[in-house]
Amino acid sequence: MKNIFRTIALFSVLAILPLAGNAQCKTFAKKTCKMELLPYVHDGIYNATILSEGETVELFKTFYSGQEYRLTVCGDEKLPPIEFQVLDSDKNVLYDNKTKKFAKSWDFKLESSQMLVISIQVQTSDELSDVIAEGCVSVLVGFLNVEDSFDQN
Amino acid sequence: MVYLKNIFVVAFLGIALFFSACNNGGNNVEEQIDDSINEEEMVSDDLDKAKQVFYSLPSPIETAMLMKRAGAKYNEEFLNNIANLPNYTTTKSMALNLGVFSADLSFASMFDQSQASVKYLTATKKLAENLGILNAVEQSTVKRMEGNVNNRDSLMEIISETLMNSNSFLKENDRAEVAALILAGGWIEGLYIATKIAKSTAENKELVNRIVDQRLSLKTLNSLLEEYKTDENIKAVYEDLKKISDLYDQVEVSTSKIEMVEAKGESTTLKSKTDIQITDKVFNEICTTVDKLRNNITK
Repeated sequence: MKNIFRTIALFSVLAILPLAGNAQCKTFAKKTCKMELLPYVHDGIYNATILSEGETVELFKTFYSGQEYRLTVCGDEKLPPIEFQVLDSDKNVLYDNKTKKFAKSWDFKLESSQMLVISIQVQTSDELSDVIAEGCVSVLVGFLNVEDSFDQN
Repeated sequence: MVYLKNIFVVAFLGIALFFSACNNGGNNVEEQIDDSINEEEMVSDDLDKAKQVFYSLPSPIETAMLMKRAGAKYNEEFLNNIANLPNYTTTKSMALNLGVFSADLSFASMFDQSQASVKYLTATKKLAENLGILNAVEQSTVKRMEGNVNNRDSLMEIISETLMNSNSFLKENDRAEVAALILAGGWIEGLYIATKIAKSTAENKELVNRIVDQRLSLKTLNSLLEEYKTDENIKAVYEDLKKISDLYDQVEVSTSKIEMVEAKGESTTLKSKTDIQITDKVFNEICTTVDKLRNNITK
């Protein structure tokens, strides 16, 4: 009986372990990264994952003409700097935050609607260490709440 | 005593495992050497697992704002009737209509329709609960919305929070296909409302352009759904959306190369020109196909 109890308890602990990292990531995105978007309104779409040094993630998103956007990419403070590039559909690099001292956010607007690719890479650490850093990375998009109408011409 | 010892063993194992999971340092190099994995293989493995892909759809809030700025007028008749709520009993119908009601909620809020906003938030709450999404919309959120009905920024913040709670909960609980259905429902409802408004508006050039713009996000939506095509519910929606994709393929769109214009202290402008050629026939077919698809979801 005691062994059954012990086995159930052990499996319960093992079952919740993967969720611990995910829950941390959600809290990080909501409490830390979302603040970087202000005064832009977060579009409500949650994009966050756990990445290690050197890993890459890509986000495909349509951005609309006339809207003003803020793109924010944040990583756990234990991670090395995070590079993000914005590419057009032909993979031409439009923006690279590496040239802006790894800025977390980029504000932009478009004259015509485009599907853009945001390529995010956790840099590798220069420090010698016996561990590979791993942590949450979140990509959030916000837009300005503006009242004016689009030009109808 | 043996019982206490067992509890201690389980607790110790639990704590040890928990800390190993929380440890941002993750992989110990010595262990990797012990596992006899050579460096080249490790690099290759890293590259293989490296690229994750996210497909991000326009949120219902953004779609509602685009429509308003394009000159749309509010018409509650275009929104799904709350009385249909009890009809949604399957996972597919609940998820799709959660997306539909989220779009309706965003639309009502964007046009300062306070009573309708509270009504649609309540419907959203109900469907989220039925889908087992915990705390997507808390009772306190409904009260907050009731107290902020005249403050659109607060309403949009509440909707943004509600959407984020839902899709983060589903992704964390390995129910990403349900999250994809919700997004699909919201996208379809957004396009449906846009087509209805365009059809009832005399000066609708900007609305038509916005409807044509949706071809871009439809590609993203299709890529997202393709990831879960083994799911029967997703497969059915994907095939329905294929009809709209085929119609969009008949629209002629040419876009010039993007030129970046940076101004100090201002946001960067991505300059380019797009030329859209859509016939009345194709536009009407898009409207009819979306109408049929949406009414099939909400019935």
